[in-house]
Amino acid sequence: MRPRSLVPLIYILFLMLPIYWLLAMSFKTTNEILGGFSLFPQEFTLENYIAIFTDPTWYWGYINSIIYVSLNTVISLCAALPAAYAFSRYRFMGDKHLFFWLLTNRMAPAAVFALPFFQLYSAVGLFDTHLAVALAHCLFNIPLAVWILEGFMSGVPKELDETAYVDGYSFPRFFTTIFLPTIKAGVGVAAFFCFMFSWVELLLAKTLTAVEAKPIAATMTRTASSAGYELGLLAAAGVLTIIPGAIVIYFVRNYIAKGFALGRV
Amino acid sequence: MKSENPRAWLFVLPVLLLVAFNALVPLMTVVNYSVQETFGNNQFFWAGLRWFEEILRSERFHAALGRQLLFTFTILIIEIPLGIAIALAMPRKGFWVPVCLVLMALPLLIPWNVVGAMWNIFTLPDIGLLGWVLNNGLGIEYNMTTSPVAAWITIIVMDVWHWTSLVVLLCYAGLVAIPDAYYQAAKIDGASNWAVFRYIQLPKMKTVLTIAVLLRFMDSFNIYTEPFTLTGGGPGNSTTLLSIDLVKIALGQFDLGPAAAMSLIYFAITLAVSWLFYTLMTKDDP
Repeated sequence: MRPRSLVPLIYILFLMLPIYWLLAMSFKTTNEILGGFSLFPQEFTLENYIAIFTDPTWYWGYINSIIYVSLNTVISLCAALPAAYAFSRYRFMGDKHLFFWLLTNRMAPAAVFALPFFQLYSAVGLFDTHLAVALAHCLFNIPLAVWILEGFMSGVPKELDETAYVDGYSFPRFFTTIFLPTIKAGVGVAAFFCFMFSWVELLLAKTLTAVEAKPIAATMTRTASSAGYELGLLAAAGVLTIIPGAIVIYFVRNYIAKGFALGRV
Repeated sequence: MKSENPRAWLFVLPVLLLVAFNALVPLMTVVNYSVQETFGNNQFFWAGLRWFEEILRSERFHAALGRQLLFTFTILIIEIPLGIAIALAMPRKGFWVPVCLVLMALPLLIPWNVVGAMWNIFTLPDIGLLGWVLNNGLGIEYNMTTSPVAAWITIIVMDVWHWTSLVVLLCYAGLVAIPDAYYQAAKIDGASNWAVFRYIQLPKMKTVLTIAVLLRFMDSFNIYTEPFTLTGGGPGNSTTLLSIDLVKIALGQFDLGPAAAMSLIYFAITLAVSWLFYTLMTKDDP
């Protein structure tokens, strides 16, 4: 083994340490956690996980999160696909300004919007619904999706479109049967990023929900403060929030880097 | 070459409506609050630009902005070189590449408050792995809740843990896009490792590095959940960054006017840097 390959190894070890600790904590009993320090769980227990899977306030948190995250991914992609196509293929009045304006929303601090969002969604009667969170997350996910898709679409030569028209394809048919399959990697990456940013965001999701659509991450903060210091339970819930991310990341592993570069490598 | 097509607006319309609903309405609400004063009961009075003057002159805002800039620049100085170094040391092909990428990307997919909670559990002085090792193993006194220095080091290490992978992934994407022929030419010329890095790898990574620096600038400048979950802004006000302070004013004290004015100033700073970002990124576009 060359010394150079030690660098990524040490870095990955550093990344895994806190995750390992969370995992170890989740398998410990409360007595053991409060009893003192131990590197491995002494009395291995699944009671923390059982507590989560048998308590509706816990497992509904997961279901809520997954519902609004999926909803947001679908809305963001459906809106972003035609827009990204327009940006990559046409020039039109105000296109550069529009693109920049979209970009600024990706950069807006969520804290700035928390209170007005609460008022806006209360006013339109969507407060505490999955749709509210899904729509609110469009604020930063749509610009991101447009951006990534535009990058991928610009990599497809324009001759493809022209050939299809010469062959007598209508636009909708060309778009769905030829163009979309060509950029399917881009669509996958964009979907992954929408999923990811909607999944990890909490401030807006927490502000816009109370009971019915409360995300799992918010359930965690409330439990931590109300039920005292149940570290094992908290750790188990934390471990469970990592799993969906770990699953989706596996599917896009070859495109992660390109996606983070917003399709511009 | 792109063709002129005014009907392209129809394609953009859904995006426009959705984002406008989410961006313009709340923004106008903030602007509205920022020029008014309220004594509760939904009664509002015109306050002009008073809140803006007050915020721009207030010690508290300066302190929070100072802490925010210190935080952002510290993590940039650590994460960017570290990310480049790790990306350069990564294997280019083979079985380990996807394994490395998936493991490295893992922290990016953890909900932000779970990141905070995880680091809280990790650093507890008596039962956390890091806290215990530092206090009992190495004999270094470490307690985040009492020492501002420890709190600062912890939030910075947490951010490095959370986001360095983004820089690694971006740089790696830039590096694998370099054709082998470049390296072969460099080898024939007898170029040193440093020369290869300086004249081949670094220029090829320019675009991705721009994206990395600016994404990291933006996201760390807007950071809220992780330090809030970990330290709650304490001890005292020592880790109260800009977003945390803003939420304290807006939702804690319900001072809507000053909070709105502060939001707009905050947003203006972000916007200025966004513009820089956009200009840099589109500079080489035809």
